Amino acid sequence: MVKEEKEIANRPDNTAFTQQRLPAWQPMLSAGIVIPGFVLIGLAFIGIGVALFVTSRSITVLEIDYTGIETDSPCFKCSNPDVKNCVCNLDFSIDSLFEGPVFFYYGLSNYFQNYRKYAASRDDDQLSGDLDAFTAPSDSCSPYDYNSNDKPIVPCGAIANSMFNDTFVLYRVVNGARKLVPLDGKGIAWWTDYNVKYRNPSVTPLKNAFNNTVKPIFWPKPAYQLDASDPANNGFINQDFLVWMRRAALPDFRKLYRRITGGEYEKGLPAGNYSLKIAYNYPVQSFDGTKKVVFSNVSWMGGKNEFLGIAYLVVGSLCVLMSIVMLIVYAKFKFPEDD
Amino acid sequence: MLRRRLNRWLGRDERRVDSRTICVGHRSSSNNEAFIPPKFCDNRIVSSKYTVWNFLPKNLFEQFRRIANFYFLIIFLVQVIVDTPTSPVTSGLPLFFVITVTAIKQGYEDWLRHKADNEVNKYPVTVLEQGRRIRKESEKIKVGDVLEVDEDETFPCDLILLQSSRDDDTCFVTTASLDGESNHKTHYTVPDTEKDLESLNATIECEHPQPDLYKFVGRMHIYKTDQEPAVRSLGPENLLLKGSTLKNTQTICGVAIYTGMETKMALNYQGKSQKRSAVEKSINAFLLVYLCILVSKALVCTTLKYVWQNKPGQDEPWYNEKTQREKDTNLYLKMFTDFLSFMVLFNFIIPVSMYVTVEMQKFLGSFFITWDKDFFDPEIKEGALVNTSDLNEELGQVEYVFTDKTGTLTQNNMEFIECCIDGFQYKYQDAGTDLDGFCVTDGPVNKVQHKAGREKEELFLRALCLCHTVQVKESPEQGQGQRDGLMDQVDGLGVDGLGADGEGLHPPPQEQRGFIASSPDEVALVKGAMRYGFTFLGFESKTMKILTRDNDVERYELLHVLNFDPVRRRMSVIVRSKSGDTLLFCKGADSSIFPRVRQEEVERIRMNVERNATEGYRTLCVAYKHLNAEEYAQADAGLREARLALQDREEKLMAVYNQVETGMSLIGATAVEDRLQEEAAETMEALQGAGMKVWVLTGDKMETAKSTCYACRLFQRNTELLELTVRTLEDGGRRREERLHELLVEYHKKAVQDAPAVKAGVTRTWSSANHDYGFIIDGATLSMVLNSSSESNSSRYKNLFLQICQNCTSVLCCRMAPLQKAQIVKMVKNSKGSPITLSIGDGANDVSMILEAHVGIGIKGKEGRQAVRNSDYAIPKLKHLKKLLLAHGHLYYVRIAHLVQYFFYKNLCFILPQFLYQFFCGYSQQPLYDAAYLTMYNICFTSMPILAYSLLEQHICMEVLLDNATLYRGIAKNGMLRWGPFFYWTLLGVFHGLLFFFGVRYLFGNPALQDNGQVFGNWSYGTIVFTVLVFTVTLKLALDTRHWTWINHFVIWGSLAFYVFFSFFWGGIIWPFLKQQRLYFVFANMLSSVSAWLVIILLILLSLLPEILLVVFRKPRGPHAGQLSQEGLLQTARLHLSHHLPIST
Repeated sequence: MVKEEKEIANRPDNTAFTQQRLPAWQPMLSAGIVIPGFVLIGLAFIGIGVALFVTSRSITVLEIDYTGIETDSPCFKCSNPDVKNCVCNLDFSIDSLFEGPVFFYYGLSNYFQNYRKYAASRDDDQLSGDLDAFTAPSDSCSPYDYNSNDKPIVPCGAIANSMFNDTFVLYRVVNGARKLVPLDGKGIAWWTDYNVKYRNPSVTPLKNAFNNTVKPIFWPKPAYQLDASDPANNGFINQDFLVWMRRAALPDFRKLYRRITGGEYEKGLPAGNYSLKIAYNYPVQSFDGTKKVVFSNVSWMGGKNEFLGIAYLVVGSLCVLMSIVMLIVYAKFKFPEDD
Repeated sequence: MLRRRLNRWLGRDERRVDSRTICVGHRSSSNNEAFIPPKFCDNRIVSSKYTVWNFLPKNLFEQFRRIANFYFLIIFLVQVIVDTPTSPVTSGLPLFFVITVTAIKQGYEDWLRHKADNEVNKYPVTVLEQGRRIRKESEKIKVGDVLEVDEDETFPCDLILLQSSRDDDTCFVTTASLDGESNHKTHYTVPDTEKDLESLNATIECEHPQPDLYKFVGRMHIYKTDQEPAVRSLGPENLLLKGSTLKNTQTICGVAIYTGMETKMALNYQGKSQKRSAVEKSINAFLLVYLCILVSKALVCTTLKYVWQNKPGQDEPWYNEKTQREKDTNLYLKMFTDFLSFMVLFNFIIPVSMYVTVEMQKFLGSFFITWDKDFFDPEIKEGALVNTSDLNEELGQVEYVFTDKTGTLTQNNMEFIECCIDGFQYKYQDAGTDLDGFCVTDGPVNKVQHKAGREKEELFLRALCLCHTVQVKESPEQGQGQRDGLMDQVDGLGVDGLGADGEGLHPPPQEQRGFIASSPDEVALVKGAMRYGFTFLGFESKTMKILTRDNDVERYELLHVLNFDPVRRRMSVIVRSKSGDTLLFCKGADSSIFPRVRQEEVERIRMNVERNATEGYRTLCVAYKHLNAEEYAQADAGLREARLALQDREEKLMAVYNQVETGMSLIGATAVEDRLQEEAAETMEALQGAGMKVWVLTGDKMETAKSTCYACRLFQRNTELLELTVRTLEDGGRRREERLHELLVEYHKKAVQDAPAVKAGVTRTWSSANHDYGFIIDGATLSMVLNSSSESNSSRYKNLFLQICQNCTSVLCCRMAPLQKAQIVKMVKNSKGSPITLSIGDGANDVSMILEAHVGIGIKGKEGRQAVRNSDYAIPKLKHLKKLLLAHGHLYYVRIAHLVQYFFYKNLCFILPQFLYQFFCGYSQQPLYDAAYLTMYNICFTSMPILAYSLLEQHICMEVLLDNATLYRGIAKNGMLRWGPFFYWTLLGVFHGLLFFFGVRYLFGNPALQDNGQVFGNWSYGTIVFTVLVFTVTLKLALDTRHWTWINHFVIWGSLAFYVFFSFFWGGIIWPFLKQQRLYFVFANMLSSVSAWLVIILLILLSLLPEILLVVFRKPRGPHAGQLSQEGLLQTARLHLSHHLPIST
């Protein structure tokens, strides 16, 4: 009896786990599976690739650089940093209907929104409407936290301070007459940024919340006056501000400025001549940057991006090619395990 | 640490005073008035490392002494001090986690030690003080106290036995907790101490505490009022060690001589030196490479940053002005902090979690060895034992196997087969194996051919009965049979065979008789003698009783035992018969007996001995000698004097022994069979098939060992044996040195130069025409090779010897002393290519080689537990070695090698995009991934699948591994962790990293990725890269997994699901404790973009494509033997699987 107990106590458990005999699936990547798999994947990829490529091709993009470095550029006069409140007109024409909805982007190059110090230079407490943070901005905003008079800057930080402030007005030139194209500034920022992440302090009028604070140094107007036309588009939930605050990943980037959706332009921009009136405020030449405007329509895959389509086509054809090579090899050396 | 310091201190002390003097019972003698009792340490055992107060600082200190922890601490401190891109939490949290877990584990272990210490220290003991019995706590015992210990109690400190309740002044102890030997050992009281301890006035002079359990020298001065002080020698037989248990004796009294931390047990309680596996060395080498990569990355980035900033307008664009402090900072300081920042940013390339995962893998993985029911031996009712889990993978790398013969290759289950008396052979006709078959009707000894004189016969049998140290197990009436079954070395033998001619004469208790001895040979011999009619009845004080063939009880007074030792290889007893004759009986190995007997007798017996040896029996020769009174007196005096010597006692004893054991006459020889272990031959064959070289290192005779080798198929019929033994050296009649040289050169030519150039590691085909060589060397020749007279020769011989050995399939080294075994292991271990060695043995004589080899395996055999205690792994039987190496070792190696490579790979492709991103963010140390991702990547997202893989993977199933020993060669020489595979994995990591980064980079050529025209920012960029990364590395592992159990499925798909879930969760809430809500809805937004989906799928597939191709293309590259066989194996694996499925489900 005692012996038996001892034996039971010492004998290892005879379970599948302890004996390393758990039932297991042992997948075999044999040619019999891989070749058809490759063909299938390859065909699927080619299909997707073709779709992407065609879609991307169908997207029209109009890009115009307006930095004004070249002397013949209409904005050349504004590129001199000493000139203030400069306005230049950029004329262009569209040969055929620019199918809508048309999205209007501005683009900057050699601009490092992803610079670490720059990226950290913001105070999310302020931006979520915390009034305590209005009087005492976070250290991370330095040197854009207090102005020379030690007044707190709201919104503080380098990102907010450097907000893009060129403004654009688009005219359609019909028979020499300039007809305003309505630009829609709604829905250009992420829904969650507009509705959740960024909050104005719940003070009415909004202006009162900004008592004892100063506007960012670079800004012409305080935050609560960003959009004179729409009082709901002011403060931290101004759409342009939100778009700017979502920092770009790479130094050459574009950001959504407006959508052209209204009225007769719902179908797109008809062929014809257009004139873009630019309030040229934003200096970029000090750091060798450029500015551009981009008109583009989008598809289910977003903006024009040939890379994805080509990549899919290449990978798809690679898969098919590989399966053919494998098939040849297979025919030559009969895999023994595939009988 | 503490203990080591203590030892060093003790060591110093030892040099100052080389002995200690103790007053028994603290009664200083009259003529020793001035003697000041020296201070000795108290009897408190402290095995714990920490106290409540010093735990935190000490434990932290200990932990940060590990180089890896220290590195992470430095990184953490840099993050705290310098303004770095990632918050200190990212590296602090994992470090904190690791440190805390380790601290908790160590704290718990220390608490257990405290508890155990307390139990020992507070244990009540009885101290005799001024005639009174006083109960005391064990820790209060002082050196010199006289203690009383009852039966079945353990001794609280090292005691000198003064008094025993037994009549014969002996007591029995077991040292099971010290060295695992469960047999009863006899200890003796100091002769001539007075019965009344109260009046005993004595001092003890003994050596300072030494860790050797089996050595002790001391001297006791007994002062009597009216006599000269008597001096008695003290040896290990008088010393009762702390930790051993009193058995079979009611009560004893002893005086404490070593207490507390100075007891032999405490001195022995030291961790073995750590063995490091080859994998660990590889890890360290890889770490160094990655550290270089890390530093060079940081250097490149720092340099480029300052080059780039030199361009006008880039250093401080208007939109990103510097603070005043930044402007004021010294340029070089800035450069340095930038360098540190880059280091911190890229430090994830060396993950803290790898160490944790590797340790966990080893710890948990080792359970599979203990759990394996194939290792369970129903006889001893025990399974395998894992003493260290650090060497699991080393089991898959063994190149040399050094095995003991006795007890390892053979069962050490001795059976008396035959004997040879005076040149006549005696053997049972009815040699059935079961015990009852010995019943002989026509007389106790069966004549084979002729018969020696009856006198000689009886002398021989008496010698067998007397010349041993066997004890008769006293059988208490109750439950003898049951206890026999449990005792290791007790052999209950029914003597009914004997009873055939005189049943009625035997008193009933003798029918069940057990013998206890330290060596099974002795039991076999005594039992053999019993079969022939001479029964050893046991000791009665100092008298040995034997029952002769005629049922007379003869008594012999045991005068001296000249103990066995492996150097002399013989033992003797001196007894005085009733008639007053003083006789010396000696038994020992033929080589040690033959030179000491008359030569004409040798010739008659040598033939028999050699024949027996070739049949694989263990032979012993028996000799005797009459001592006349004068001779005896001389011997007696010599022995007594030597035993009293405080210094060089061993040497002196040896000299006396050698002097006494001369001029004997040979009576006969015995042959004892030691059967081969179960499946010994199959195991050896499998090991050789696996490319291991098996060396047999034995203390046994060459002939016996050779026959065992043949039986084990280590030598085959066509094996050409190269012998380098004393015998071959003596051929040709020239000087040994010359002959040695000549033979070495000759063998070298044969085995090394003429052998076709076979590269190391290349498989040896069975059918090949080239010769198999076997090499035989004996201890004497080996010492000539290793310690040649001239220095230059020595190294040259050694080289030749090694080269010959390495080209032989098997090597047999016989007549080895334990240290020589270790010497050989060491020599091979340090030879070119530093091959991985494994030693397997079961006895105390194998301990040195077990400790020396990379992996030491103990067999839970009959020769005590010392080998098991000192081994890294212990298995019950030799046959288990096959599975341990071929299946477990192979799998562990593959698992951990893959684990290590995978870890480096996944961190390389984790950090490479972050490095590349620096080129696009103005070298500003902007992290690509969010801090949460940086922290969790190694802890949560990718850790579990690889851990599960490294515990469960069976790329080839166990049965196939066992059936095809050649598979073992596929991973030989650290095959999966050499620079080749490492380079491949690194390349793969670089490829993946580049692909992830640039794939997304080109996608972000136009960041408007949503169908509503909105653009993605930098965190979306990082999240896409990270998603691709997590999926790719997990699926890469999935591709490598050949053995999908539900656990693998669970952790692989679970990790991916967890990643998705976590990302949603992390981005779904505004976290109040975060300074920046960087990832708010980034993940969800990413998923709403078709392009993001497409690029993720594309990049994952593109990353894995080469891998899939490689798997497929590896096969059809032609009818390569290895690959073909592998395919066949995989097929059988599938077959096996289908076999198992119905059983296990």
